[in-house]
Amino acid sequence: MYPANFDYVRPSSVDEAVALLQKHGDDAKVLAGGHSLIPAMKLRLAQPHVVIDIGRIATLSYIREAGGTIAIGATTTHSEVETSKLLREKCPLLSETASHIGDLQVRNKGTIGGSLVHADPASDYPAPILALEAEIDLVGPRGKRTVRADQFFVDLLQTAIAADEILTEVRVPVTSPSVAYIKTEQKASGFALAGVAVVASPSGVRVGVTGVAPKAYRATAVEQTIGNQRTAHAIELAAAHAADGVEPLGDIHASAQFRAHLARVNTRRALERALSR
Amino acid sequence: MTIPVRLRVNNAPRQHDIEPRVLLVHYLRDVCGLTGTHVGCETGICGACTVLVDGKAVKSCTVFAVQADGSEITTIEGLAANGVMHPVQQGFWECHGLQCGYCTPGMIMAAVHLLTKQKAPTRGQIASGLRGNLCRCTGYTHIIDAVSYAASHATEAAHV
Repeated sequence: MYPANFDYVRPSSVDEAVALLQKHGDDAKVLAGGHSLIPAMKLRLAQPHVVIDIGRIATLSYIREAGGTIAIGATTTHSEVETSKLLREKCPLLSETASHIGDLQVRNKGTIGGSLVHADPASDYPAPILALEAEIDLVGPRGKRTVRADQFFVDLLQTAIAADEILTEVRVPVTSPSVAYIKTEQKASGFALAGVAVVASPSGVRVGVTGVAPKAYRATAVEQTIGNQRTAHAIELAAAHAADGVEPLGDIHASAQFRAHLARVNTRRALERALSR
Repeated sequence: MTIPVRLRVNNAPRQHDIEPRVLLVHYLRDVCGLTGTHVGCETGICGACTVLVDGKAVKSCTVFAVQADGSEITTIEGLAANGVMHPVQQGFWECHGLQCGYCTPGMIMAAVHLLTKQKAPTRGQIASGLRGNLCRCTGYTHIIDAVSYAASHATEAAHV
């Protein structure tokens, strides 16, 4: 299963990569770990004429703390997120979520930036990224801009990134350990049929849901219903709103009705787990 | 368009001009002649094509060979040293960890990387560590036995 022919370029800086994107426009695709792009190219769903490999830009791979937030470079692998001591201590939701992605080999190669810009509706990261109210940096010919998580996911496989921009960094806040990610996965691929991330604090909870709708979403009805209540009854009542206002996806793996059901069940479980931590 | 690629495969330097669309698994099999790495599902699910790139297990059907430029690749052919099998290979031998054998090279390479991360994994940790490798003979129980054997014997060897 060979992809169509393409030209390959390997820039050594973000500026060089942006210049290449500007030059080639829609003919070009950015390659990081390749675990979304290469399967699409093998099926010829994607046939870029130019592939810009940013996988060797050393300044894009890091996890570091600065002023109450943790900054993660775009080409940081899922495995690095999963095992990062800093994230495990200070933003455990992201490490916990990364441990659920694909398998050992996929986590060794796939990157957080690549996964986010691909915006597969069943990918894991969007749920915690929304619940953490992460910030995402995009760099293009007009310079750098920061997009909030709730503005980033636009629709199925579509994000706020422009064709001539590169995602460079994701920033997440330091949180308490009261977080959880619970998903029901499609057994062969590990992709989420319904994945729910919860970040709890004394003032309230934030809930991100992936896999259920064409794009990941904040379950604001759950958040408003539970407020600062913490009883089992309040959790049960709030979780019932996990699929309010969305049109769930239906396919051979799960009907729309079943996905909505899984969203409610996993929201209840994620709330219970986060609040017990 | 061809791209010059220099890398090391099983400790031997290699240098070729290759088309960027050539996948690492086809480079290893068709250019290097190392057919121990198998092509299974071709979609990144089955893990039969697993090799180590700079010590980490990856699915070589989902990596372009040009991405591995400058890397150190280890395939199943590179595991045994001086005619002595690697502990994971020995484990598959002792515990009958294969039936048809098609998934075996990928299983072994993934297990080798798993054991560098977890020295004494539980059966559950082995199962989740190998979730990216499918055995259509469904011989998973013996495969987990084999990796457990390798973990305990590698530990013994390290203590000698």
